[in-house]
Amino acid sequence: MMFDLARRLREQGVLGINRRNAEYTLLHNPRNRYPLVDDKLLTKALAAEAGIAVPELYGAVEIQRQVRDLPQMLSGRRDFVLKPARGTQGDGILVITNSARDRYRAADGAILSHDELAFHVANMLSGVYSIGGHPDKVLIEYRVNFDPVFEAITYRGVPDVRIIVFLGVPVMAMVRLPTRRSGGRANLHQGAIGAGVNMATGHTLSAVMGMAIVDEHPDTGNPVAGVEIPHWPSLLEISARCYDLTGLGYLGIDLVLDRNKGPLVLELNARPGLAIQIANRAGLQPRLRAVEEKRDSLHTLGDRVAFACQSFPAAS
Amino acid sequence: MKRVHLYSLTAVLCAVSLSMFYYKVVYLGFPTMPEQRSEVWRIEAAIEFEASGGPAKVTLQLPQHIAPWVLVDQSFVSRGYGLTTELHDEGQRAIFSTREAQGTQTLYYRATVLRSRHPDAVAEPRPVLPKPRFEGAELVAAQAIVASALQQSADEPTHAALILKRLQEARPGDEASVLLGREPSKKRLVNVAVDLLRLADIPSRVVNGVALSPERRNAGFVHWLEVYHKGAWTSIHIGEPRTDALDYYLPWWRGRLPFVSVEGGDRAHQTVTTSRAYELSMRVAMSEQRTLEQRLLGFSLFTLPLQAQALYRTILVIPVGILLLVALRNIVGIKTFGTFMPVLIAIAFRQTGLGWGIVFFSIVVALGLAVRFYLEHLKLLLVPRLAAVVTVVVLLLAVLSVLSYKLGLDRGLSVGLFPIVILTMTIERMTVVWEERGAGEALQQAAGSLLVGVLCYLVMHAAYIEHLTFVFPELLLIVLAAILLLGRYTGYRLVELRRFKVLAGR
Repeated sequence: MMFDLARRLREQGVLGINRRNAEYTLLHNPRNRYPLVDDKLLTKALAAEAGIAVPELYGAVEIQRQVRDLPQMLSGRRDFVLKPARGTQGDGILVITNSARDRYRAADGAILSHDELAFHVANMLSGVYSIGGHPDKVLIEYRVNFDPVFEAITYRGVPDVRIIVFLGVPVMAMVRLPTRRSGGRANLHQGAIGAGVNMATGHTLSAVMGMAIVDEHPDTGNPVAGVEIPHWPSLLEISARCYDLTGLGYLGIDLVLDRNKGPLVLELNARPGLAIQIANRAGLQPRLRAVEEKRDSLHTLGDRVAFACQSFPAAS
Repeated sequence: MKRVHLYSLTAVLCAVSLSMFYYKVVYLGFPTMPEQRSEVWRIEAAIEFEASGGPAKVTLQLPQHIAPWVLVDQSFVSRGYGLTTELHDEGQRAIFSTREAQGTQTLYYRATVLRSRHPDAVAEPRPVLPKPRFEGAELVAAQAIVASALQQSADEPTHAALILKRLQEARPGDEASVLLGREPSKKRLVNVAVDLLRLADIPSRVVNGVALSPERRNAGFVHWLEVYHKGAWTSIHIGEPRTDALDYYLPWWRGRLPFVSVEGGDRAHQTVTTSRAYELSMRVAMSEQRTLEQRLLGFSLFTLPLQAQALYRTILVIPVGILLLVALRNIVGIKTFGTFMPVLIAIAFRQTGLGWGIVFFSIVVALGLAVRFYLEHLKLLLVPRLAAVVTVVVLLLAVLSVLSYKLGLDRGLSVGLFPIVILTMTIERMTVVWEERGAGEALQQAAGSLLVGVLCYLVMHAAYIEHLTFVFPELLLIVLAAILLLGRYTGYRLVELRRFKVLAGR
């Protein structure tokens, strides 16, 4: 029974975490490149330099003493996002949707005093949310004013698009849709749902919630499939460029669609999760193998994006 | 390429480990099971004599060159006697002496021997032994026997066997009976045989020994002879006793000297008792080693002071626990707080016992969590907050110890051995997970950690595993090899099978 299940998963080309680590991240992601994606401040600088659009950085808190300057940094900002530079899985991100004097309204509706906000920043600085508990930095950045395209299938929060890029070729994508359970966060671990994407057209497919496949958003009840992601070709192009930017062969790119600014790169991930396979009802391995076979014939960015559109349409 | 490298490395590790293991088990006799016992023999010789009142001197032959046996231990009980041992031509003897002895004297000699696993095969030079003194008719008879045997023999051992055969088949009136006399004893037969062999220039000697038996009150001495051939002494027995009985013949001393001789006393009488016993194999194996191996053993863990040994008994099982942890994480996919936290918890459980360990762990973590949630209100910075939790954990442990002691639970005392810092980090990580992912996820990970901890404890606490890793630390190389192999395991984790089940199709 168990071996049979494992065999069938293998036949479907489903990628497990051990194989992802041993054959993809360990092999294709040089260790010295990790800081580029682990530190969001560095990623942002790198992307901005290459002309890739990112949410505007309002300021960064790097040492405890700067927490005192917080009011100054935030003055005149009505809404913004506080983010640990080395956070994982969206932990510690605080979205402020509105502020007046020293009262801040968070995305989940809670009202924070200035002291509470400062405490949260201090926590982030001391590394509560960072990998390995190392001291961290805090980014204060533009709050994305998201494109209404996903409004019907989102419960608060900001939906984002995750694209897995292997050796510069986008191989799989999903739209992560916040739910009531995820508290407005676009993170599958926290209860968001993920909808697969037809790589050729940019249309959404059915979604994954936890381990199950769902066809409707649990909170809004609207069907998740069939929504066309705007600017799809340019999303593919941006994600493919991130490979050249970082030199990481196996990379997850998180993008958001801003109503006014178009696609923005939120963050990069050198160890992207595997739930994307459930969202797409397809294993990653056949696609990764196809890229490995054809990598020598894909010279330009255009080649790689075209190859992705041609080769990886929706499974069914 | 990497695979080949990895596989050859693990093969080398396993080969080294197994060959050391094999050597220690087969040649050094280290026990593979805990508390295994091996057969040893105790021989006690009691010498009794009537002292005549003046100075007394007792000479006793001691066992020497007793291969295939090994002398593990010997002791002398001789109240009021001075004791010296000295080597002489044919062996070693002990001399008991006293200025004044009156009445019945009893001296004891005790020896413990066991059968060696690896009989020494040291080549000896051809000894030069004195020629026997035969005269007149005896000389003629002896020469005749030697000459006729020589004609039919191929080499020295067959020559010896033929001479012996000739003596055993002695009939009244023939040459052999001239030498042996009427109704010769076995001892006499062996003595004459040795003389004849020496006359024929074949080095030989008389061996006096004991036939060991599990419980024998009055064992007599048995006699046989040894013939030198190509650097070694070969035993030749008379009357061809059964070979399985020969396995229990212990050679004691050589030559014609009596077992015991007494000056300054008379009516000397000896009683030899043999008995079988079982000793802890490890002790036996340790005491049995020859000098070279003792040097090897000099680097073993058994030479450490007992306290350090106890420490290493704990330390050496850790890799086994780690191996299980790696398997549970990478093959099963259980999530735990902190990579090695469960193993450290398991070590603490070794002191507290499993049931109380789980109880104490749960209490400390639960109370620690409560305190940590309270501290959340104070908005403390990370390091001072952790320090506060450490302090609270220490206090909790102290209170728990006192409480459980008052309640008559001795186990509670060892709760102090819980890894305090690890507990604190667990509490801190659990709080973060609790807040970020909800109580369900936090409790699930805590339960996972505890489950892995318990499993590691069960493996690390097994007497068999503890024994193997302590007596054969080289087996850890196999554990290392297994860990390396797991490092390249690319199959699914068990939890992934469930996670991706919807993708399996029909």
